[in-house]
Amino acid sequence: MCGVRAGGGSNDVQWCFSQVKGAIDDDVAEADIISTVEFNHSGELLATGDKGGRVVIFQQEIENKSQPQCRSEYNVYSTFQSHEPEFDYLKSLEIEEKINKIRWLPQKNAAQFLLSTNDKTIKLWKISERDKRPEGYNLKEEDGRYIDPNTVTALRVPVFRPMDLMVEASPRRVFANAHTYHINSISINSDHETYLSADDLRINLWHQEITDRSFNIVDIKPANMEELTEVITAAEFHPHQCNTFVYSSSKGTIRLCDMRESALCDKYSKLFEEPEDPSNRSFFSEIISSISDVKFSHNGRYMMTRDYLSVKIWDLNMENRPVETYQVHEYLRSKLCSLYENDCIFDKFECCWNGNDSVVMTGSYNNFFRMFDRGQRRDMTLEASRESSKPRQVLKPRKVCAGGKRKKDEISVDSLDFNKKILHTAWHPQDNIIAVATTNNLYIFQDKVN
Amino acid sequence: MINTMECAVDAQSLISISLRKIHNSRTQRGGIKLHKNLLVSYVLRNARQVYMNEKYAEIYRMQQYEEVMTVCNEIQELNPLDLAEDCEEQSGDCCGNVGVSEPASLCCALLPVSHLAAVQSAHIQAPSACSAPLSLQSDEVCKETEPSFYRSCCAEAYPVSNCDFSPVNNNLHCNKTTVLDLDTHVVTTVENGYLHQDCCASLQQCCQSAQSPAKKRKVDFEYYISDIEEVSDFTPCKRAKFEDCSYANSEHLDTSNISNLISIFGSGFSGLVSRQSDFEQALNGQFCSKQALASLGAWTRAIVAF
Repeated sequence: MCGVRAGGGSNDVQWCFSQVKGAIDDDVAEADIISTVEFNHSGELLATGDKGGRVVIFQQEIENKSQPQCRSEYNVYSTFQSHEPEFDYLKSLEIEEKINKIRWLPQKNAAQFLLSTNDKTIKLWKISERDKRPEGYNLKEEDGRYIDPNTVTALRVPVFRPMDLMVEASPRRVFANAHTYHINSISINSDHETYLSADDLRINLWHQEITDRSFNIVDIKPANMEELTEVITAAEFHPHQCNTFVYSSSKGTIRLCDMRESALCDKYSKLFEEPEDPSNRSFFSEIISSISDVKFSHNGRYMMTRDYLSVKIWDLNMENRPVETYQVHEYLRSKLCSLYENDCIFDKFECCWNGNDSVVMTGSYNNFFRMFDRGQRRDMTLEASRESSKPRQVLKPRKVCAGGKRKKDEISVDSLDFNKKILHTAWHPQDNIIAVATTNNLYIFQDKVN
Repeated sequence: MINTMECAVDAQSLISISLRKIHNSRTQRGGIKLHKNLLVSYVLRNARQVYMNEKYAEIYRMQQYEEVMTVCNEIQELNPLDLAEDCEEQSGDCCGNVGVSEPASLCCALLPVSHLAAVQSAHIQAPSACSAPLSLQSDEVCKETEPSFYRSCCAEAYPVSNCDFSPVNNNLHCNKTTVLDLDTHVVTTVENGYLHQDCCASLQQCCQSAQSPAKKRKVDFEYYISDIEEVSDFTPCKRAKFEDCSYANSEHLDTSNISNLISIFGSGFSGLVSRQSDFEQALNGQFCSKQALASLGAWTRAIVAF
């Protein structure tokens, strides 16, 4: 690998612009809006899904393998249409083709496999390479036209010859008709055989090979829908314990379940909840406490949750409060009314860990994204913008002025662009390479190579 | 309590914004988003709570003003000489102005809640197990409060439909509220959702029966409000006489009925437990502000228990 190792804290790392993918013009086509970003387990492949139902996969190509210090670039590897818009005639509902989540399967052979899901259907895709093709058919011309057998005078054996690399994506499994409500999460189990899918009220367990049935393991739908008070917002399997998974709720709670306890995991093993601060109570308290993302740390000891204003790190052994809380954009607390009116308060931000669980990252508005170094107790705000996208340009830390006198280079809260939001970010599993999705562009930043 | 200071948008605007969002979500691509609508319903509930609290306070303030004006008008109709004599006689017995006004402000704050309690109890509990005159009083008062309560809550807070926000229903989150039944003096816990359904179901009845008791209600309230608030020298006993005259129905109200009314609505809310002592206090015109303050907490805890 290149000399870009996940080092210490963010003060050691200087982030540089590496690449930007996507259209340059400001007029954003809705179909191009990026809806999910995910590195595979080796970090060699980076997949994005968009609102138009397409998946684009980038592959890392090392520029110069001989040199120890090198830069790596991600180039388009494969593009395919994963989901199409559908219409449920029975309910008169249109099913969006937007890709909600992509999850890579651990690699078992030469081919790559990923799961992609929209609101209702999960698909298993096989991405394979073809770099040879057979040539020398007896009954077919090179261009594919058939030869009249009567004109054949001699026989030859077709041989494989090298060809330009072709990457093919083919749907291998379609897991459909298992969710009444909108799917928000998929998570692959460490047993490499099963995976879960979660919608607003239920979580189903699937076998990767079996598409015609799934097991329901969590069901929080009340007998009377009028008594509904919370929904499931995210779910994930533990990275090592194949019997353990967590799911977060709109009420700000996380439940850890053990599948060995019972077939239906409605009763949780652990409930993680922090009591609400009564002095912060507002009209919007319920909205901002709703958890939008939950992610286990790589070592499996912690989990991170993201609500509207903060990121919280939980120790799996302590249920009554998080061990760390980081404010992402506390200056928005006084703006909740406006954010409610323009619907921004419903934005679902994701979060991610770096390779060694020392730094966490999440997005914000104005194309800002935030990093929190857990060990050094430092935080940093960076911006993904075309202006700072000269090759290898070091990103300058940004600062938002919450009130009072605005210093030079600071941005006031009122001049933040709430249409420019970073909801999806991903961190390379080993190196300091991050992928940050703005509305329709994908930015790749790397640690500065000295 | 919800901190409304941060929000420039008032509760009513939030209610209409929320309803608009719910309405728009029905036509959004991809179907109704359960999560978003649930969150919007929480905002709706919070805004409704604040709005109703503000409405109660406003109604109470308006009532006070109207009743004070009515008293003034009626005073002018009476023989001024009689009143002057009473004043001179009773001035010594009356509490100082300071003592009287304090409980009044507390009562102002409390009354909206006690309205709620009165209405809720009238709704939930069948009027029973009380002395006839008392129940008559209470029922009248309770029923009379209903029209204004329901009209304000149902007519204005829910312009779209009568309590039906399907798929978002007010019953989504039933808050438990502790209420005091003013008939039986029993503290019970009811669910707001249930209450609300009843509220709208009987809206018709309330509105229809609104007319005649209105005047009576005014008189009832004016009775104790002016008693508490005014700087005047009138005592409850004298009040009773005065009340007698102004009732259209000319029902005979003896002092025990009136004292019960005081103990219910007066500043000495410990009348819940020991009405008798309050009655005596009230009759003596010694509204003790300390007592009111002491019982305030209990009352608040009893009623405002979300």
